[in-house]
Amino acid sequence: MKIERRDFLKGLAGSAVLAMAPAASAIAASSGKTRLPDALGLLYDSTLCVGCQTCMVACKKANNMPIEYSGSQRLWDNPVDLSSKTLNIIKAYENGTPKVKDREIDGYAFIKRQCMHCVDPACVSACPASAMTKDAKTGIVSYNKDACIGCRYCQVACPFDIPKFEWDNPFPKIVKCQLCNHLLVNGQIPACASECPTGATLFGPVKDLLIEAERRQTMIPGKYYEFPVSEVSSAKKQVHKARNYISYIYGKNDGGGTQTLMLAGVPFNKLGLPMLPDRSYAAMAENIQHTLYKGMILPILAFGGLIYLVKRVEKNKKE
Amino acid sequence: MKTEQPLGGRILTPAFLICGLLFLISLIFIAKRFIYGLGAVSNLSDGYPWGLWIAFDVVIGTALGCGGYAMALLVYVFNKGEYHPLVRPALMTSLFGYTLAGVAVVIDVGRYWQLYNIFLPWHMNLNSVLLEVALCVGAYVAVLWIEFSPAFLTKFGGENAKAFMNKIMFVFIALGILLPTMHQSSLGTVMVVAGSKLNPLWWTPLLPLLFLMSCIFLGYAIVVFESSITGSRYPIADESHLLEKVSGVMAWLIAAYLVIRFADLIIRGHLGLAFRGDLLGNMFLLENNLLLIPMAFLFIPAYRKNARVMFFCAVSIVLAAVIYRFNTYIIGFDPGNGWHYFPSVGELFITLGIVSLEIMAFLYFIKRLPIYRRS
Amino acid sequence: MRDPNFTGPIQEKLKGVSRRDFMKFCGIMAVSMGLPLGAGTQIAEAITNPKRRPPVVWLHGQECTGCTESLLWTSHPSLAHLILDLISLDYHETLEVGAGHQAEAALEKSVKDNAGKFILVIEGSVPIKDGGIYCKIGGRPFADIVKETAAKAAAVIAIGSCASWGGWQSSAPNPTGATGIPEFLKGTTVVTVPGCPPNAYNFLSTVLYFLTFKKLPALDELGRPKFAYGRLIHENCERRPHFDAGRFAEEFGDEGHRLGYCLYKLGCKGPMTHANCPSILFNEVGSGAWPVGTGHPCFGCVEEGVGFTIPQFTQADIEIVTPAAEHAPIQKQRGAGISKGSAALLGGIGGAAIGAGAVVAKGLGDKEKGDNS
Repeated sequence: MKIERRDFLKGLAGSAVLAMAPAASAIAASSGKTRLPDALGLLYDSTLCVGCQTCMVACKKANNMPIEYSGSQRLWDNPVDLSSKTLNIIKAYENGTPKVKDREIDGYAFIKRQCMHCVDPACVSACPASAMTKDAKTGIVSYNKDACIGCRYCQVACPFDIPKFEWDNPFPKIVKCQLCNHLLVNGQIPACASECPTGATLFGPVKDLLIEAERRQTMIPGKYYEFPVSEVSSAKKQVHKARNYISYIYGKNDGGGTQTLMLAGVPFNKLGLPMLPDRSYAAMAENIQHTLYKGMILPILAFGGLIYLVKRVEKNKKE
Repeated sequence: MKTEQPLGGRILTPAFLICGLLFLISLIFIAKRFIYGLGAVSNLSDGYPWGLWIAFDVVIGTALGCGGYAMALLVYVFNKGEYHPLVRPALMTSLFGYTLAGVAVVIDVGRYWQLYNIFLPWHMNLNSVLLEVALCVGAYVAVLWIEFSPAFLTKFGGENAKAFMNKIMFVFIALGILLPTMHQSSLGTVMVVAGSKLNPLWWTPLLPLLFLMSCIFLGYAIVVFESSITGSRYPIADESHLLEKVSGVMAWLIAAYLVIRFADLIIRGHLGLAFRGDLLGNMFLLENNLLLIPMAFLFIPAYRKNARVMFFCAVSIVLAAVIYRFNTYIIGFDPGNGWHYFPSVGELFITLGIVSLEIMAFLYFIKRLPIYRRS
Repeated sequence: MRDPNFTGPIQEKLKGVSRRDFMKFCGIMAVSMGLPLGAGTQIAEAITNPKRRPPVVWLHGQECTGCTESLLWTSHPSLAHLILDLISLDYHETLEVGAGHQAEAALEKSVKDNAGKFILVIEGSVPIKDGGIYCKIGGRPFADIVKETAAKAAAVIAIGSCASWGGWQSSAPNPTGATGIPEFLKGTTVVTVPGCPPNAYNFLSTVLYFLTFKKLPALDELGRPKFAYGRLIHENCERRPHFDAGRFAEEFGDEGHRLGYCLYKLGCKGPMTHANCPSILFNEVGSGAWPVGTGHPCFGCVEEGVGFTIPQFTQADIEIVTPAAEHAPIQKQRGAGISKGSAALLGGIGGAAIGAGAVVAKGLGDKEKGDNS
């Protein structure tokens, strides 16, 4: 028994080292993927959003999405959340007697939810069949149903719960916002940005959007400023009174950074966005995998060792 | 030297027939799933895209099938040839567990007709943990059938084939140890990416290590559990002296696991979550107490000789490892925004059907194939 | 200031109409057709300087003459005059002075003289069952008259729902085989101005457009001028905000009804009826002068398959679905919890497992005893 235990512990220690190494490397800070220089994205400014839901209508039209009824009356396209029928939604935050917009207590605010087009997308990392891909230039995360096996790991992995599945379809697919890339190839811009009347949803290169977001962060509340409409580089501007921005650009670093950036007057966790570390979980999981399976060196070594051990036992048995 | 023999006896026993009935009921739900889609039979949702089928049929099913792996590990890596009699029965449970996990996957995935995509190199995403799991599990199912082939070959003649198989078997035995090591740990890594959605009591970069260790002691517990059941019902050779030693190994392994589990939680500063008295905290305590108590018993040699204590310890450990996986995959998983999940009747029946099929196959195999040594 | 162009002969032609009223009329016409305001001058030009008053032949089939009535009752005082001066109404059974053979002779002469030049307006549907015997004029089936006349017309306009798609006579069981003109004259372009009655201005605008631009206005696939029938009533309805906010009249005379809430729940067919009623209104008496404005749900009279087909209080299908005025909450409780069925099933499985475990444990105990002894 003693010998057994010693042998066993020896083996255990060996395998523990094998398994600990990746864990250690996962904890150790490695940055994951970085922003693409020509990445395209959206800047959503909750303080400019009036909740008109024009972007929802535009999105449905542009992407040919079906109507989604909720509740007993089949009257409105009124999804309660993103779904396989809804790629884009405006949700409302309300607190107490919601009197003042963009105020946390006794106030209300709007939030637009759609794919964040992560810098290091968990869905792309997770998908076993490469059905989720991130464009090497624009960074748009898109879905290919012909590769997809329907395992829904992307749904499990996505910290924003963006990919949606057609549960009632015997031949289902995953559905998600693809930043209207069918419009981009024609030189048009995403429907939600092009139709937004106030400039709350702004399309453009992420680096420009970041500059614009930083500019808004420095605005003095109550003063009037010019805000571009539809596109960050647009000559069309609207003059709005700057609101009380919370000093946070959501998506700048969250979850490794996203290409959809957000500004708001209410803390983002109140608006239903997850609070994520600056390093993506995808990068952590990949680090573990890469440490263990880089070039399959470790498994091959282990396999060699195992063959030796098995042979030894077989030989003993014969003797 | 005693050799493995079929136990013989009637196949159509009441137990077999009840299982058959359950399996037939599950076929109705399976048909419904393929005709109307996943939403028609399951409570799966965009919030909980993975439910009972992935957590139980696949993750737990393969873990319960780790008896073969755990025993092979003991026999070959730790050079304990005397455990050899326990390998073949354990291998058989692994065979069923893994094969039926594969069946469950086909039911669970949405685009099953494209499932072969993961075997096409140009579709493979080498960053995907799930790809590694899928490929390893797929390969391991094949390896298991090969490892198990001597049992068939003995039954159906083919001495030449058997001799050939025996010659190359060492490759498959080695693979049979390597592959589960890879994918059972990866089944833990799978949930690393869920990150913020998984409760900190379960989310840790150490998930692969914890899953690997727990699948090994779960494997031993299953071997003990199974021997206890078959031993009490069928005239097979008494291997209790072997079980006794296995139990000692189990105790040490559990101890190591618990040390890592708690040290990790303390270092990350989340142990407090366990004592909040809420569902998650209680599930955590349940899961770990179900390990702690049998571990304490198993450290005392006297108890290891008591078949009944051993049985309860094995049950407790199996439960603990099962609950750990449920916790990691479903209970500790919270997508936020008010989602709830509990398996539907349809989901339960399909799982029940798969388990029934497993039991039916088990009963058939031990009676018709040389698995156990007769007393 | 007097416009020199507007004196003398023109003034003469316009008879009692003041220049101001006249230009206003032309402007209204241009706007109701969605034309730029400048087109009003063009229309005035067309009206005041017609090369020749275009002859119009107006046939009546199976109908109630409501369309003609509504045309006559438009409230511009001299509109009827204007139209009678503008066009040469050669045949109109209700308005003409002649009757009997005299009238039929006028029709025959006009059609012969003006072949290929006259505008044919048809009011009412054509009965085609039993050889068309259900509507005869001067002893001839209406169907024959329509066929003959239409073959020589420059343009065919079907006024009213009966002529456009069969109207109320075509409701099941349709004993006379009432058929709309576009279907009856398959292959001929027929402008349809459905409605029961149609808004007179939609008809007038169409005629004026034809006179002004010598072509028909843009039509939809049902032959309806797009300027009048391009959008759903629901889209321009003044009660729409109530719909979006979920404020409905539940029954006639209830509080919601009195507060002017949306009439959808009372069976308003606005969401499936294409017409400009809410924008153009009726009878020029100010806002609210249209069915929904008065508190009555839209009946869908212009739309084939809606009016006279779907019962008044049956709720309409929503064709263009847009978001409600309410927003989705940040958090929403969703997903299935534990059900009685699954709880029972799980309980059963658990019970069976515990039972089996107990049996096994008991067996083990016995075995152990046996070993010890």
